[in-house]
Amino acid sequence: MQSPLGDRLYRTITTVCAAAIPFVLVLLTAVVVRAAWPALALHAGDLAFGRTWDVPHERFGAVPAVVGTLLSSLIALAIATPLALGVAIFTVDIGPRRLHEPVAFLVNLLAAIPSVVYGLWGVFVLVPMLRNTIMPALLPFGAVMPLFRGPAYGPSLLAASLVLAIMILPYIASVSREVLRAVPQTQREAALALGATRWEVVRDAVLPAARSGLIGGVMLGLGRALGETLAVAMVIGNRHAIPDSLFDPAYTMASLLANEFAEASSDAHLSALMAVAALLLLITLLVNLLARWLVQRVATGLPGSRWT
Amino acid sequence: MPRLSISLSRIGLPALVLAALAMIAACGDRRSSAVDSTTALAPSGTRVDLTGAGATFPYPLYSRWFNEYATLTNVRINYQSIGSGGGIRQVVARTVDFGATDVPMTDAELASAGMPVLHIPTVIGAVAITYNLPGLSRPLNLSPDVIADIFLGTITRWSDARITALNPNVTMPDTDILVVHRADGSGTSYIFSDFLTTVSPAWAAGPGRGKDVRWPVGIGGKGNEGVAGQVKQMPGAVGYLEVVYARQNRLPVVHVRNAAGRFISPMPFEIASAATAVLEADRKLFASDAKGAPDLRVSLVNAPGAQSYPIASFTWMLVAPTAIGPQKSRQLAAFIRWALLDNPDVASTLGYVPLPSEAATRIVDRLDATLAAGRPGSP
Repeated sequence: MQSPLGDRLYRTITTVCAAAIPFVLVLLTAVVVRAAWPALALHAGDLAFGRTWDVPHERFGAVPAVVGTLLSSLIALAIATPLALGVAIFTVDIGPRRLHEPVAFLVNLLAAIPSVVYGLWGVFVLVPMLRNTIMPALLPFGAVMPLFRGPAYGPSLLAASLVLAIMILPYIASVSREVLRAVPQTQREAALALGATRWEVVRDAVLPAARSGLIGGVMLGLGRALGETLAVAMVIGNRHAIPDSLFDPAYTMASLLANEFAEASSDAHLSALMAVAALLLLITLLVNLLARWLVQRVATGLPGSRWT
Repeated sequence: MPRLSISLSRIGLPALVLAALAMIAACGDRRSSAVDSTTALAPSGTRVDLTGAGATFPYPLYSRWFNEYATLTNVRINYQSIGSGGGIRQVVARTVDFGATDVPMTDAELASAGMPVLHIPTVIGAVAITYNLPGLSRPLNLSPDVIADIFLGTITRWSDARITALNPNVTMPDTDILVVHRADGSGTSYIFSDFLTTVSPAWAAGPGRGKDVRWPVGIGGKGNEGVAGQVKQMPGAVGYLEVVYARQNRLPVVHVRNAAGRFISPMPFEIASAATAVLEADRKLFASDAKGAPDLRVSLVNAPGAQSYPIASFTWMLVAPTAIGPQKSRQLAAFIRWALLDNPDVASTLGYVPLPSEAATRIVDRLDATLAAGRPGSP
């Protein structure tokens, strides 16, 4: 028997819950933008186009930090995505059944490591390894590939991207795994019945059906990479310049905030940092909108059709 | 939208911490009044709670002082080390009873505070320059102008003639100099850039002084440990550190030529000498009559005196008597008297440099005179 009162109550509660999230987001945006307002009014051009970050002289150019944020995140994504997809496919379709759970568990464990530990690992293991072994090995290619030009100090865009790649791997892998497992078993069996090999099953029957979910997982990783502060601040070299090569030190917006917020005492500096925070918020929002759009576009394709 | 909330919480964290601190400060007051009515911890009076926030550099010393003071008196002092900038902001916002900073407030900051804020030196800090030159048998000697040109990027190799001239009996390696500086805002950067601004016209016209400086060359490490880590790993590197950190980690330090022309290493006596020399040179600072005396926002860099190490600085407690009222002001003054006069050894055992005793006496006397005058004069 239906109870109109209970229905209405339930409806009210869920509506309030649903409204609370956008409300908090709007409130937070309003607070950040209000705090950033003096800088936006005074230094908007500098923030958007300036390349010089000079606190004593009140010049707040955010371009190097924006470029560093996007580059480090995208390179991390390029490294982590194939690895994560490989892990997901291995632990759902390809690998020996008794390895599925242990491998997935180990990968998920990466997400439990605090970011400062990644930073310390970067400082004491990855950076010396890059400087002593990997960078000298890559430097000869610098003559033809400008990506590998020196000087090779160690703390660099490359170091930050590698740390980020490992940090976001478990997020992408775990979402991809769930998505692949949700593909109906009958779809695999149908492909097998048509004489497909195991790889062809994955390529033609499983991956296309899971596309939108996989993109969602990748975007989750990208969001995490854009916002990471501490681990990046410890290995990126913290130089306010647009990097010319993977070996150059760079900066990210989140690290800039983490580094300078605690000691910022002048109003202009504080307000400029808030403006960078607002910019980071805007970029994150744009990335999310892009992800929604991609997922929707891809989801309209028929499940089971080819990638192309 | 999980990815959104992740990145938002990261940006919002410092703001949240500040908000939480403000709430803690507010709660502290309420809790103390609740305790007042129920328990009297000492027969002489009721328990008193004071809150402070600010610089991280003196935090180990302050927390030791506060703990010992709590066992002797009924005064409990709660200190949050959130950085000098946070300390200044919280004092001005009146959310704490006192602040702490390695960087004196500017005239503009004092003017906009709208109330007198006293700067009380508590202990002396210094900046050491550390380097990584394997095979160097003697300590490296450098002069202020050469240090400035290294950090400006105009001297780029260790075999530069100006460096070898300062180290006549040493073979300098023919390698590139890699500069490592602090990436995070820091009182240490302020002291070092204050020194460079004082000794080098080119630095003064270029990067200037600040907690965050636009370093012309090099890479940025996070915290003292970040700078030390990079310098230790890279042959040819040079960086600057808080002297306590350098000493505790046994890092090699540059002997810096002082204003009197002697190469001085950052040892406690030499650092204290800088304070003594600066205060001697300006006797007005000790005027017991608070009226008309200049305030104690004194820079100790490039101090006179044959023994003075040239990259030193006070760290200050900030007290705004009109904001916290006469009772709390007197309690803080009593604590400062105890800390500076009755208990100076704690600072030494923790690796800090205590104020020379004559300077400490005069600072405490002057504080008492200022508070007794009722109307705090010059901040």
